[in-house]
Amino acid sequence: MQERELRDLIADVKTGRLSRRSFVQQMIAVGLTAPMAGMMLAQSGVAMAQTTFPYKPTKAGGGGLLKLLYWQAVTLLNPHFAIGTKDQEGSRIFYEPLAGWDAEGNLVPALAAEIPSKENDGLAEDGRSVVWKLKRGVKWHDGKPFTADDVVFTWEYARNPETAAVSIASYKDVKVEKIDDFTVRVVFAKPTPYWADAFVGNYGPILPKHVFADYIGSKSREAPANLKPVGTGAYMFVDFKPGDMVLAKRNPDYHVPNRPQFDTLEVKGGGDAVSAARAVLQTGEYDYAWNMQVEDEILLRLEAAGKGKVTITPSGNVEFIQLNATDPWTEVDGERASVKTKHPLFSDPAVRQAIGLLIDRTSIEKFIYGRTGTATANFLNNPERFRSKNTKFEFNIEKANAILEAAGWKKGADGIRAKDGKALKFVYQTSINAPRQKTQAIIKQACQKAGIDVELKSVVASVFFSSDTANPDTYPHFYCDAQMYNTTMPQPDPQLFMNQYVSWQIANKENKWQGRNICRWQNKEYDELYKQAEQELDAVKRAAMYIKLNDMVVGDNYIQPIAARSRVSAVKGGVTAHFSGWDNDLWQLANWYREA
Amino acid sequence: MAVASIGILTLLTAAVLFGPLIWRIPINEIDFTARLAHPSWDHPFGTDDLGQDLLARMLYGGRISLAVGFAAMAVAIIVGVLIGAIAGISRGSVDAALMWITDLFLALPQLPLLLLVIYLFRDFLKNWVGAEGGVFILIVLVIGAFRWMPVARLVRAQFLSLREKEFVEAARALGATTPRLVIRHILPNSLGPVIVAGTIDVAAAIIAESTLSFLGLGFPPDIPTWGRLLFDAKDYLDIAPHWALFAGAAIFLTVLTINFIGDGLRDALDPRRVM
Amino acid sequence: MGKYILRRLTIALPSLLGISVILFVLLALAPGDPFGELATNSNIPPEVAAALRVKFGIDDPIYIRYLRWLAAMLQGDWGFSFASRIDVDQLILQRVPTTLFVVGSSQILALAVALPVGVYAAMRPYSIFDQIANTFAFVGFSLPTFFTGLLLILVFSVNLGWLPFVYRADIAATGWQWAWEYFKQAIMPISVLGLFQAASYTRYVRSAVLDVIRLDYVTTARSKGLNEGKVVIKHVVRNALIPVVTLVALQMPAVFGGAIVTEQIFRIPGIGSLLISAILANDTPVIMAVTFVFACLVVLFNLLADIIYGWLDPRISYR
Repeated sequence: MQERELRDLIADVKTGRLSRRSFVQQMIAVGLTAPMAGMMLAQSGVAMAQTTFPYKPTKAGGGGLLKLLYWQAVTLLNPHFAIGTKDQEGSRIFYEPLAGWDAEGNLVPALAAEIPSKENDGLAEDGRSVVWKLKRGVKWHDGKPFTADDVVFTWEYARNPETAAVSIASYKDVKVEKIDDFTVRVVFAKPTPYWADAFVGNYGPILPKHVFADYIGSKSREAPANLKPVGTGAYMFVDFKPGDMVLAKRNPDYHVPNRPQFDTLEVKGGGDAVSAARAVLQTGEYDYAWNMQVEDEILLRLEAAGKGKVTITPSGNVEFIQLNATDPWTEVDGERASVKTKHPLFSDPAVRQAIGLLIDRTSIEKFIYGRTGTATANFLNNPERFRSKNTKFEFNIEKANAILEAAGWKKGADGIRAKDGKALKFVYQTSINAPRQKTQAIIKQACQKAGIDVELKSVVASVFFSSDTANPDTYPHFYCDAQMYNTTMPQPDPQLFMNQYVSWQIANKENKWQGRNICRWQNKEYDELYKQAEQELDAVKRAAMYIKLNDMVVGDNYIQPIAARSRVSAVKGGVTAHFSGWDNDLWQLANWYREA
Repeated sequence: MAVASIGILTLLTAAVLFGPLIWRIPINEIDFTARLAHPSWDHPFGTDDLGQDLLARMLYGGRISLAVGFAAMAVAIIVGVLIGAIAGISRGSVDAALMWITDLFLALPQLPLLLLVIYLFRDFLKNWVGAEGGVFILIVLVIGAFRWMPVARLVRAQFLSLREKEFVEAARALGATTPRLVIRHILPNSLGPVIVAGTIDVAAAIIAESTLSFLGLGFPPDIPTWGRLLFDAKDYLDIAPHWALFAGAAIFLTVLTINFIGDGLRDALDPRRVM
Repeated sequence: MGKYILRRLTIALPSLLGISVILFVLLALAPGDPFGELATNSNIPPEVAAALRVKFGIDDPIYIRYLRWLAAMLQGDWGFSFASRIDVDQLILQRVPTTLFVVGSSQILALAVALPVGVYAAMRPYSIFDQIANTFAFVGFSLPTFFTGLLLILVFSVNLGWLPFVYRADIAATGWQWAWEYFKQAIMPISVLGLFQAASYTRYVRSAVLDVIRLDYVTTARSKGLNEGKVVIKHVVRNALIPVVTLVALQMPAVFGGAIVTEQIFRIPGIGSLLISAILANDTPVIMAVTFVFACLVVLFNLLADIIYGWLDPRISYR
C-alpha cells in the first residue's frame, strides 16, 4: 500500500465513505496497529471519536462481588514493574493512566480532562511537545488530591535507571514540565509524530508522589506500596497474596459518577487455561477469565453450556514461522547460525516458496485456532491481494512439489528430496503449547507429502523465551532451521517492532543474542528505508514506509505468517465488560457491570 | 493368576511389536473429516482432535511406553537395592555417606534439574547414539535417577531389621560369609517392598515419560506414547472420553499384570510360602 | 541412643551445607534467567536489563553468589524474589498453612485407608477382599493425579455442581459457614492426593504384613495359642511398620513441599504452586529457599525414621 492509497483511504474516512472501524481494520491487516491508525487520522484532521461505553446501572455500588480468574497469577502490583501482562492487569485495577487506547485507535481519557489535539492547542505545531490537561477533583485512595506533581513525579520515577522500571523506554527521552496544578507539558528531544506514549496505556499509570517519593531509584524495591497500591482507580486495595489472589473493594470517591457497580472484587490466579474457561463458561463460578489460549473446539463446546460467552478482541499478535537465513549446524568463530554462513536449504528461494505453499493455514485456522486466530492477510507480499476478501493463502502440495522438482530437488529412494547431496530435511522448533504442537503436526505431514522431512522439537516456554546466553535452545539463539512463535507488539508504535529485521540488530554472540533480528535476514534496502522512517514526521508517509518494510520481509518468504491471534477472554452471562486489543483487559473495569 | 498375567503381558508386548505391521494406518495421518470420532470399524479406538487413528497411535506409542516403563523401573530397582543393601549391611560411615546421597537426590528440585540435563546432554547423546537411542537412554536414566531413593531406604530399613533376626544370626553362627548372608538370607526376605516398588515404578515411569516429553526432554512431541495420549486427552475428557480410556486402560493392564507376576515370583521364591 | 542422635545431628549440619552447595550450583547452571522476559521486550533498553542484573548480582561468579546467599541465610534473610519484588520468607509463609492443611490431611487420609485395608488384605491373601483392594490400588497408581483430578472436577463440579473447583484461601464467610465452604473446596484435592498415596501405601502395607506373617516367630506366637488379634497387633503390625515408617518419612517433606500437579489443578495457593511458578519464571531465590527448606525436612525426617526403627524393633542396634 503506497502513501497515495493511504491518503485516499483517509480522505474516504473524512468524507464518511469509509468507516473509521474499517479503516483501522485495514491498517491492522497491513501490519500496523490501531493506535497508529488513530494517530494517522488525527494528524490528517479526523478527530478522535468520543468513545462511550454502555453502562446501565444508575448508581455506584450494589453489584456484589466480581470474580476474575487469571491462569497466570498476579505477582506484583506496581504497574512500572509489571513484567508480564498479568501484572499489568493486576496493577490496572488500582492505577490509571492519563488515557488508554480503544479498539479503534481512539484515545480515551482516564485521568486526562481531554485528549490533546491541534484544536485545543494540546499539540505543538513542530511536533516537539504535547500538553495534557488533567482532570480536577480526582482523589487518591488515601484521600489526597491528584495533581500535576504526581504526573511529573511518575516521569522522574520511571526514567531513573536505578528504579529499573519496565516502562523506562517511554520516559527516558522526554522531559515533563508542570505548567500549573492541572496541566503538564511533555517535551520531546526531537519532533515526534507518535506523541501518546508516556502516561498512556499499559506503561502509563500515574503513581502518587506522596506515597512513592521516598522510594525512587535504588530504593524502589522497598516501597510498601509495591504490594499495597494507592491509586485513583475504581477499586481500592484490600489484600494481596503474590502468585495467588488480589482483593479490592469499591472506591466510594471514584471520579466518574455512578461507577463502579461492584462492591468487591476478587482476582484469583493460577491453574491452566482450559479449567479457567470451565470455571466461567461451564460452572459459572467466575465472572471473567483472562487469555483463553485454548483450542476453539473446546471453547465452543464449553460455551454450549450457556453459562457464559467467549469474547474475541482483535490485536496485533501474529503467529508465524521463521526460516533461518544462516546455517545453524555449522560453527563459525564460536557461534552457530553465524551471519557468515548461508542456510544450506533455505538459501534456495524455491524451497522457501514451497514451504509457504505447504502451510495449510485454512485448516490451522479452522481446526486449531478457530475464532481465536484467523489466517491472516498481514505480512502479505502482494498488497493488492488482501484488499480482495476472497484471497486466501494458498495451500497446494502439488504446486510445492512442482516447484521443488523444477528447482532440481529430486526424490530419493526414501521419498525425501535431495539436491547436490543435501537432503531436504529440517528441524522445526517451537515452545510447548498444545495448539503449537498441533500446528507442527499439520505442517510436518504436508511437508512429508512434498518429500520434505521435518523433525519436530519443542522447548519448554520458560527456556525458549529466555535470554540465557548460555542456552542454545532459546529463540534468540535460533540454533535450528525453523521456529514458530507469536510476535507481540508491546508498544503500539511499530518503530521498535520493525527493527527486528535491520542488519545492525542481528542476534549474535557479540551482542549476547540480545539483537532483535533473530531470523538473521538482511537487506540493504530495508535498512535504508528503516532509517528514513525513523526521521519521518508525516504520520501517513511513515505508515506507508512501515507497510513497505513489512512487505519486503515477507516477500522474501523467510517469514511465514500463520494466523493473526486475537485476545480471547471468557465472560459470564449477564456481565458486560469492555475490551480493547490495544490496552489491558481491565482498562475499563470501572464500566463493567452485571445485569440480573 | 501369575500365569494368566504373563499371557496378557506377552499379548500386550506382541501387540505393540507386531501390531503396527497389521494395523497399517499411519500414526500421523491427519483426517479433519473424522475428528474426535468415537470408536468404529474404521477406527476401533476412535480418533483424536486432528482425526489421527488412536489404535495406530496406541500400538506405536506402546513400544516406547513399555520399553521406558520396564527399563526405568529396572534402573530404579537395581540402583535402589544396591545402595540400600550396601548401606544396610555396612553401617557406619558408608551408611552415612550413602544416605547422604539419598537425601540429596530426594531434595533435588526435579524440574530445574531436568532442564539442566536436557541442556547439557541432549545434543551430546543425539550425536553419539542417534536421536531415538539417545533420547531413550536419557529418559530411562533420568526417570531411574529420580525413583531409586525410596527403594534404597526401604531395602536399608529391611536390612537393619532382618540382619538381627534369629535365622540370620543362625546362618552367621554357622559361618556364612557376608555376601552369602546377604544374597541367600537377607535379600530374599526384603524383596516384598521391592516388588511393590517395582510395579509402582513401571506405572510412574510411563506417566513420567509423558511429563518429560512435555518438557521437551522426551521424544519429539509427535510421538504418541501412552502417557502423552493421556495428557493430550485430558482436556477432552467430557467431549471424547474414548481418547483417554484406551491409554489409561493400557497402563492399568500393564501395571496389573506386572503386579501379579511379581506376587507370583515372590511366592515361588519364598521357601516359607503361605499355606 | 542419645549419643547416637547427637552424632547424627552433628553430621546433619555439614551434610545440609553440602546439599545447599549442590542445589545452588545446580540452580545457577540450569537454563533460563529471571529477566528473560525483559530482554525480549522491545520496550526495555538493554541498559536497564543490565542494570537490573547488576542490582540483583546475577552476573557474579557462582561462589560469590553462594557465599552471599549463605551469609544472608545465616542472618535469617531468605532472599528477595525477582518476580514479586518482595522478601522470600513472606512469600513462603503465606503459603505454608494451606499446604500443611491440604497435603497433611491427604497424608492422614492415605494412612487411614491404607493401614486397615493393607493389613486386612494381607491376613487373607487372595481372598475377594484382597482382590478388590488390589484392583483399586492398581487403578489408583495407574492414573496420574492430573487425570483423576480432572475426572473428579468433571463429575462433581461440572455435572453434579456440588463442589467448587477453584480453591480460595480467603473465604469471606465466618463460623460454620466458613468451615463448610472450606471443607467443600478441600474434599476433591485431598481425596485425589490421599487416594493416590493410599493406593501405593496399601500395596506396601499388604506386602510388609505378608512378609512378617510368614516369619518364624509369628508362627511361634500363633502356636503358643495367642489369639489372632493379639498376634496381629503386637507382633505383625509392629514389625511390618518398618517399611511404612520409611515411606511416611519419605512423604512427610512433601507436606511442606506441596503437590505441584494437584495444586495446579485446583488452584491451591500452596508451596508447590509457588515453586512451579518460581521455576517457570526462573525466580531463583524462591526456588532456592523452598528447595533448601525441603532438603532440611528430608534430612530431618529420614533421621527420625532411623530413630523410630530402633523403637519398633529394639534389636536394631546403632553403632
